[in-house]
Amino acid sequence: MKFVAVTSCPTGIAHTYMAAEALQQAATSAGHEITVETQGSAGSAPLAAEDIAAADAVVFAADVDVRDRERFAGKPQVTAGVKTAINDAAALVEQAVTAAESGAAPAEATGEATGEPEPAAPAASDPESENKADGNAGAGTRLRQWLMTGVSYMIPFVAAGGILIAIAFLVGGAEIAAIVDGGDFRGVHYDGISDPADLLGEAGIAGVLFKVGSTAFDMLVPILSGFIAFGMADRPGLAPGIVGGLLASAIGAGFLGGLVSGLLAGFVVMGLKRIKVPRGVAGVMPVVVIPLVASFVIGFLMLVVVGEPIAAAQSGMTDWLAGLSGGTAWLLGGLLGLMMAFDTGGPVNKVAYTFGIAALASGDTVIMAAVMAAGMTPPLGLALATVVRGRLFTHAERDAGKAGWLLGLSFITEGAIPFAAADPLRVIPSLMAGSATTGALVVAFGATSPAPHGGIWVVGLVGSPLLYLVAVAAGMVVTCGCVVAAKSLLGRRERQARPDVAAEAPEDGLIGAQQG
Amino acid sequence: MAELITADFVDLDLSAGEREGVNRDLAQRLAGAGRVTDLEGFLADLREREAQMPTGIEGGIGIPHARSAHVTEPTLGFGRSTSGVDFGADDGPAHLIFLIAAPEGGGDEHLSVLGALARRLMHQSFRQSLLDAPDTEAVVRLVREEVLGQ
Repeated sequence: MKFVAVTSCPTGIAHTYMAAEALQQAATSAGHEITVETQGSAGSAPLAAEDIAAADAVVFAADVDVRDRERFAGKPQVTAGVKTAINDAAALVEQAVTAAESGAAPAEATGEATGEPEPAAPAASDPESENKADGNAGAGTRLRQWLMTGVSYMIPFVAAGGILIAIAFLVGGAEIAAIVDGGDFRGVHYDGISDPADLLGEAGIAGVLFKVGSTAFDMLVPILSGFIAFGMADRPGLAPGIVGGLLASAIGAGFLGGLVSGLLAGFVVMGLKRIKVPRGVAGVMPVVVIPLVASFVIGFLMLVVVGEPIAAAQSGMTDWLAGLSGGTAWLLGGLLGLMMAFDTGGPVNKVAYTFGIAALASGDTVIMAAVMAAGMTPPLGLALATVVRGRLFTHAERDAGKAGWLLGLSFITEGAIPFAAADPLRVIPSLMAGSATTGALVVAFGATSPAPHGGIWVVGLVGSPLLYLVAVAAGMVVTCGCVVAAKSLLGRRERQARPDVAAEAPEDGLIGAQQG
Repeated sequence: MAELITADFVDLDLSAGEREGVNRDLAQRLAGAGRVTDLEGFLADLREREAQMPTGIEGGIGIPHARSAHVTEPTLGFGRSTSGVDFGADDGPAHLIFLIAAPEGGGDEHLSVLGALARRLMHQSFRQSLLDAPDTEAVVRLVREEVLGQ
């Protein structure tokens, strides 16, 4: 979401700016955008009219009257004392989200322009009760904020990389992936291009587009992991988080591995920060000692403790799938769909995809079609959900949804990662339901694909293309329906569990103090 | 413009145990360098601000501050207290105390450095570095790096 805020305090040299900074930190780490006008004595750039117009809600963190309040007439508003913003900006941002979602604009905001300090007074006089409200929000909210920090930094990589790859497919055909990275495409073997200097000459502009896009994709998991740890433990968390994320990629642990390494890195750094050390060592703790120790701990865990079992589980699953090959075909298609959607580029997804490639090599083009179609539905279903029920998603997620259409159509399943990483428990099962539907339908329809990637751009090669597209569309609708249901049902329960934050907030003088 | 902070304005082991005494100790350091022209007058201005609303904030921080006719340049005094000093924050005493002195007049640009300082205070890494700083020079260096970007 987009917010604007005004901060002001009696002296105008300290609290005004601290509150502004706290609001910016809290809003950014929750995946929102905020522009703050500091009505202090040290220079205050007035908010741009466009920013006010685009804002979903306005936050006033002020102990003195807000200048030119009439600019915000008609916007949902949250009013609090400046200290509330400093001590607990996250709660204030959450209230702004609630205010924006309920669309509660105060009845007559313009009437306040004449200098009534009243709206700030009740909040300022009772900061205790506000802080307690957020204390109840608890571990779940903090976990969500940490994950959202990682996701919000990752989304630009998903969008840039995914769209570049899709354009590469459009320009160079689906074989561009095999040409650049090596592999087989429709019976032709490519060695790949090892020297980047040869790229333009041998693979053309499509090769360059693909290479740039896939390089951006290589950063998804490290950035996700690094900025989850950054959100938890500030700067010292960044290095161990990124290193852990790179190793999660290296061992094939995918974005779920990245979630784990980011959270682990954050916790390890938070723990190390608590250790009391002698003054002489203290100076080098955050720059040298903490990143050093934490990077090693996380790296060791990822390589030795996490890596081995993942490799073992992968070979186990591969054997198991091979044993199922003789059974009911559409069930196998559904199972492959479940696996494709489970971790989106992670170890389980990779087993299913590799199984599809192996089937293709032995001449079974139906399994390949099921795997590819099931990999297209996750971003498509989520993109559809952001259109159907936009308010269930954050601003950043709605942007990711726009890119999701192109990524899904291009069989770039990674387009679903931002959603899955931010809210895995509700999103991943929804993705699995849709992809299983698609996988089973493709096999039941007997659609075929001789191409291992390319998505919609190779539909000309697909056998029974219409039914194939019907299967993709069915899975997309199932995913959309599941994710909307999961988010709105579980979301409502969460709100009921925390009435002090959402339901009662309008009465305790914080949200739209002038309401009614 | 004069330095925002020098090693003379830093006390890493505050002896006073309450607000008034800490303010006096730090203000005296500023007065010694001519930043504060009238110690008692400046302390009265600090008291007046503190009476409006206590300046302690959560996380062990106290920021006594005032715009005062007795101040010549925007100046920061910094004190660290192991036992803590009550500045009225809800979660306990302050261990890091920032005495911010701003001149009464002073144009926007003149005071913008104080806004930048206040913003840095909200960063946990900055607070931790100040808690960890081994000596007064390190504090001065930290403030120059983090606030002034020097």
